Amino acid sequence: MNSLGFPILSLITFLPLVGVVFIATLRGDDEAVARNARWGALWVSLVVLALAVYLWVVFDPAQPGFQFVEAQPWLSGLGVQYRMGVDGISLFLILLSAFITPIAIVSSWSINKRVREFMVAFLLLDTMTIGMFCAMDFVVFYVFFEAVLLPMYLIIGIWGGERRIYAAVKFFLFTLTGSLLMLLALVWMWRNAGTTDIVTLLHTPIPPQAQTWLFLAFLASFGVKAAVWPLHTWLPDAYGEAPLPGTIMLAAVLSKMGSYGFLRFTVPMLPHASAVAAPLMFTLGVVAVIYVSLVALAQTDMKRMIAYSSVAHMGLIVVGIFTFTVQGIEGALLQMLSHGFVITGLFICAGVLLARGETMTLSKLGGLAVRMPVYATLLMLFALASMGMPGTSGFVGEILVIVGAMKVNFWVSLLSATGMVLGAAYMLVLLRAVLFDKTTRPALDGLKDLSAVEFAMLVPLAMMVLWLGIYPSSFTHIFEAPVSAMVQAHFASLNPSSAVQPVSLAMVTK
Amino acid sequence: MLTSIAVFAPLVGAVLAGIFRPFLGKQLSIAASILFMGISAAAGVLDFAQALQSGSGLAPLHLAVWISVGDFAPDWTLRQDMLSLVMVAMVSLVSALIHIYSVGYMAHDKTEPRFFAYLSLFTFAMLMLVTANNLLQLFFGWEGVGLVSYLLIGYWYERPSANAAAIKAFIVNRVGDVGFAIGIALTYLVFKTISFDEIFAAVSAHAHDHYRLFGTPLPALEVIGILLFIGAMGKSAQLFLHTWLADAMEGPTPVSALIHAATMVAAGVFMIVRMSPLLNAAPVALEVVTVIGASTAFFAGTVGCVQNDIKRIIAYSTCSQLGYMFIAAGVGAYPVAMFHLINHAFFKALLFLAAGSVIHAMSDEQDIRLMGGLFRKIPFTWLMMLVGALALAGIPPFSGYYSKDAILAAAYASHSAVGMYGWACGVVTAGLTAFYISRLFLLTFHGKSHAPADVQAHVHESPLVMLAPLAVLALGALGTGFMLDRLFVGTGSANFWGVSISAGNVMGSLDSIPAAVAMAPLAAGFGGILVAAVFYIFMPSLPAIFATRFAGVYQFLLNKWYFDELYDAVLVKPTMRLAKFAWHVGDEQMIDGVPNGLATLTSDASSQVVKLQTGSIALYAFIMLIGLLGFLSIFLLVR
Repeated sequence: MNSLGFPILSLITFLPLVGVVFIATLRGDDEAVARNARWGALWVSLVVLALAVYLWVVFDPAQPGFQFVEAQPWLSGLGVQYRMGVDGISLFLILLSAFITPIAIVSSWSINKRVREFMVAFLLLDTMTIGMFCAMDFVVFYVFFEAVLLPMYLIIGIWGGERRIYAAVKFFLFTLTGSLLMLLALVWMWRNAGTTDIVTLLHTPIPPQAQTWLFLAFLASFGVKAAVWPLHTWLPDAYGEAPLPGTIMLAAVLSKMGSYGFLRFTVPMLPHASAVAAPLMFTLGVVAVIYVSLVALAQTDMKRMIAYSSVAHMGLIVVGIFTFTVQGIEGALLQMLSHGFVITGLFICAGVLLARGETMTLSKLGGLAVRMPVYATLLMLFALASMGMPGTSGFVGEILVIVGAMKVNFWVSLLSATGMVLGAAYMLVLLRAVLFDKTTRPALDGLKDLSAVEFAMLVPLAMMVLWLGIYPSSFTHIFEAPVSAMVQAHFASLNPSSAVQPVSLAMVTK
Repeated sequence: MLTSIAVFAPLVGAVLAGIFRPFLGKQLSIAASILFMGISAAAGVLDFAQALQSGSGLAPLHLAVWISVGDFAPDWTLRQDMLSLVMVAMVSLVSALIHIYSVGYMAHDKTEPRFFAYLSLFTFAMLMLVTANNLLQLFFGWEGVGLVSYLLIGYWYERPSANAAAIKAFIVNRVGDVGFAIGIALTYLVFKTISFDEIFAAVSAHAHDHYRLFGTPLPALEVIGILLFIGAMGKSAQLFLHTWLADAMEGPTPVSALIHAATMVAAGVFMIVRMSPLLNAAPVALEVVTVIGASTAFFAGTVGCVQNDIKRIIAYSTCSQLGYMFIAAGVGAYPVAMFHLINHAFFKALLFLAAGSVIHAMSDEQDIRLMGGLFRKIPFTWLMMLVGALALAGIPPFSGYYSKDAILAAAYASHSAVGMYGWACGVVTAGLTAFYISRLFLLTFHGKSHAPADVQAHVHESPLVMLAPLAVLALGALGTGFMLDRLFVGTGSANFWGVSISAGNVMGSLDSIPAAVAMAPLAAGFGGILVAAVFYIFMPSLPAIFATRFAGVYQFLLNKWYFDELYDAVLVKPTMRLAKFAWHVGDEQMIDGVPNGLATLTSDASSQVVKLQTGSIALYAFIMLIGLLGFLSIFLLVR
């Protein structure tokens, strides 16, 4: 049992499942069921959030390892245990999921089709994502990682837009293919180490030849989830067709599963392959930043433009992780959090227009700044954060990745920084098309500004964006210990003979 | 303490006017913005006066941790050395005057509090910039002023041209900012810190570091210097990154005065001066600074001579004057650059606001060919414009004379090739400057009126709330030159700036240049005025004759050396084409083509959807996998 005396991680993970049971048993007339399902789901997610915040409060940042560890025997003959634990890296991803879920549930208020089933799927998703970030055993991780697919597939396929079947199948196939490869890797690593305990796996050396293949398997799996170019094409379809809450969860939380996988498995367990493949990952990341930003610039649909911006930001995260520097990795982590808040805010802003029966076609919008000043202010804030304006969350992660990349290679740093220009270009085009110029149609004149519920969804996100931008130290001091431990371990395993850690990879010479 | 009041009071004003506007109401929120700006100006000027009395700045004031990742640890800190305090006093004072002026100028606007909120927010960002104690906080202010500049250029957002200009300004600035950001990263890599004092203390230790780029080891400090200067080029609208400034005139005139003349565009010069200890160890970077500055001064001067929009002429003039400041900075005469920066802030703000008063009088007409004869109708504005024009033209005893002369003296005294280039460009530009500002002045106020009758009937002097700030600025344009001369660049210079600026040797030899050389800019200035008088008073038919005789040159200048057309053809259009190509061909056909194409192959078009969900799934997945693995394996094998 852990230091708290009660299994907090299991509680956070499985509380939504209790909610699922409760909601699934709701009976009565449709309207009452829908109302109870909504409120039930919201309360469950809020309790989970409160627990997650409590977890943050009691977390000890000085300790680099896993905390609140729980273990129960499970498939014991195979060396598999039910093990849960958090470190500074997973803590904020748990908080991110717990923070985004209630907002996503509120954003689903307008869904009237099969509300009970929707809320069941949604709480299932909550359990799976949080469980995945808590998992300390590879099998447990794999189960949660895979299980995320199901509710998400249903959410897109049942409650999605016109091309929902195409989008759902595409999403399912891309992610499933990757996952199957991860299963092979899992089996290999289990045979190699005799257990699937993540801590043991972290300390079990893997021969460099095998690392290459394992790396590829992980890349296929995490790369699809993180939408690394060119595995990203499922994303605009899925984001575009999913209902708003589904899009939010996909963009804010599920995309982090991939980058989390890189940080938890690929980099620490496969140091040689990671080091060898770093140039490849830089290339993929930089291509995502430049190529995908260009594609975003060409979009004519608000939701798809935001979706592509998400891929571009994931590219920056990948670059940061594979710099193997404290700045790069912490920058990637901050960018992951920032992206979670910003993309949610942007998609809700798109949803606000959809809820008013408006189109997403950019050329048919315009001039909303004067009709909806509060909306305009918040959309502007999220767009600025997306383009990395200092003082917002987007900047801190971006500059840290640029600084980290500079330690490795000038050109990677420079090309990553071009996102500053391209990101500004498509976001300013979006802002102009939605907020400025003369209104194109009389219908736009009648639009109402944000309702209280919409305001309540967007303001917490805006506050997080500013908090991360002005005082990111609240977050970085928790990353500090695990990330520097990871960086040191990486170089130690590459260079076992030298007792001294290489301080910098840089090209500066005296 | 005073510094924090000066810096944060505008932020309070911006929040009150911007966010609490629904609770305060229109009048009260504007009043709040002006009140807090007044507090800021009082604190800023008092702060400077105290420092002047005690003879030195204050220690940096630490506010809070910002980022702390490994040894990359920039904090929120207010730097209070003499350089910062001079800028704080100037920025807060000019901003307060422009806030007051705006009450009159924007009186008919629908969303006035928003305008004041932006102005105050801008001032806050600018003050954060000048009081930054590390490169990243400077970058915070830098981007902040850029953002508000974007918002204010596009203030009248129903105008498509304003929106286009706003986006252009932001994007062009961001191109420079990439250089700046990379420069910050490289500074951190070399120095292991981005705090000013720590960088400056370590300059000599790193003076011989090399950084490998393009396969050759280059001096690291030179690379840093050039990267930072690329940032400065964007913000200060220097050649190649200058195209946004003239378009920025789409914003309301007080904005042009505050942001695009007095303060923000000078941030690039300020940054170069701030980094003087580092740049002194980067002689090549400094030469680049001088060459770009001199070329910009000349380029913008030539363009300014033929433009017809009153604000655009002054905008090109700003571009040109910033070039002068870079000439001085590049030869190591940083105090001279600061001297011109402060003088320019007053006389250029004056010129813009006077132009605003003219535009106000002319019912929003901006074309000087449609003006004329305003002298009798708006004599006070005439007087104000005259003071500003004489200061810009560098006629004694107005302020521009002192600083422009000092810049050219410094360029000459540096005895380097680039210094001579700077001097030559500077002298020619002094003539051009005097010409275009006299042209503007004469066409606007003298000669016959070319305005339609109804406009002429409406011409009226602006209200007192607009004229009073003009008068204060005019005093500045008259006084800052001889008042600050000794302190800023004269015998007291080294004492005054203390350690905040590390000036080059050239500062000692400003007075030891030949008399003929020293007289050259003034002679050029009088020459320019004389030519303008001949062209526009004595022989008004001459300009048209010249325009037809030298049609090629005229068109070349009128079209601003065709930079916009060039960038459009070489950068903007190809980028948009590439973007469409990447989307339709790259994503839709090539990447998606693999799975989608297979689905089509294995089924009739009619049953495609069904097949996609059932029959072809395995194949679909399998091929995707093979492709991925092949791609990766090839990469790993080849490398």
